[in-house]
Amino acid sequence: MKALLIVIALCVSACGALAQGKSTADGIAEYRKMLEDGNPAELFEAKGEGLWKQKRGPRNMSLEQCDLGKGPGQVRGAFVELPRYFADTRKVQDLESRLLTCMETLQGFDAGEIAKTPFGRGEQLTLEALAAWISAESRGQRFNLPQGHAQERMSYELGKRAFFYRAGPHDFACASCHGEAGKRIRLQDLPKLTVNPGDGVGFAAWPAYRVSNGEMWSMQRRLNDCFRQQRFPYPGYASDLTIALGVYMGVNAKGAESIAPALKR
Amino acid sequence: MADPMRIRAQAAGDKATVRVLMAHEMETGQRKDAAGKVIPAWYIQQVTAQHNGKTVLTAQWGPAVSKNPFLQFSIKGAKAGDKVGIAWVDNRGDQRSDEATVS
Repeated sequence: MKALLIVIALCVSACGALAQGKSTADGIAEYRKMLEDGNPAELFEAKGEGLWKQKRGPRNMSLEQCDLGKGPGQVRGAFVELPRYFADTRKVQDLESRLLTCMETLQGFDAGEIAKTPFGRGEQLTLEALAAWISAESRGQRFNLPQGHAQERMSYELGKRAFFYRAGPHDFACASCHGEAGKRIRLQDLPKLTVNPGDGVGFAAWPAYRVSNGEMWSMQRRLNDCFRQQRFPYPGYASDLTIALGVYMGVNAKGAESIAPALKR
Repeated sequence: MADPMRIRAQAAGDKATVRVLMAHEMETGQRKDAAGKVIPAWYIQQVTAQHNGKTVLTAQWGPAVSKNPFLQFSIKGAKAGDKVGIAWVDNRGDQRSDEATVS
């Protein structure tokens, strides 16, 4: 009986090894390839483009005059230079916080109210779709965040500190997962975010459509979920901290090609 | 009114490959919301594809199909310039039809 068990045990390990002719990473890559053709992010892109041009809000205005850093209404190429400093708000802003500013100043929405709305509801859905379309307009371009303004450099330093800051019941930091190359959690590769992790990886892969829950996630939502996973308090939508982390990752990813909106598990 | 579909149709050789993305919740009726109440089923039941007005595909779908479904199929004999129409009807009776040109 014992011998039989050993044989079975051997077979389980050996047969397992045979079936693993390709690595787990290859398997995941294959799965992504299969899904690539029908990335539902396209549906959000179409919706976002419509929302950009549609007259909405208390002032019944479109967002077409919104300045994303390349001048009013200039969308193409704006995404790969965000977050950046904006002279009118005197702040470093990422895509979502900038959109909030535009929705407030142009359309008359209450930005604070939208920031407080839970993800996936109300005007947050608008922001998701807009982020999908705006990032898609820069697809294939390379990240090149400006660091000319003192505030931008300060934001980078703040992001760097936040990235390595260990806290919470698990004594965790962003760097715990994203400070080394070649790591993964279950089937998810963990990009090393202290350097450029490569084209379409890490910062260059968000916003993304998540197949597992059928939702479009912007960078803000991704970061908020990182905070949740670390058992940190909710950092707040479009907060300075999340923007600073965006600056840190974005500057590090200089030269990486954006594939956003990407497709994720 | 439901959001529009994304339809791409590309001719290669004697057939055209059609790729369709539909925007739909595809709620199974099995899930519960935060308050513990069952979320009512809401899914696409009938899909039809037309090539120049002639029906070439009909499908009966159920709650097992994913949210925002993707459908791919090929039409024999379709050439560039032909019209491909896709229509769906869900269990609430909502419907949507969109058309694309084969390129």
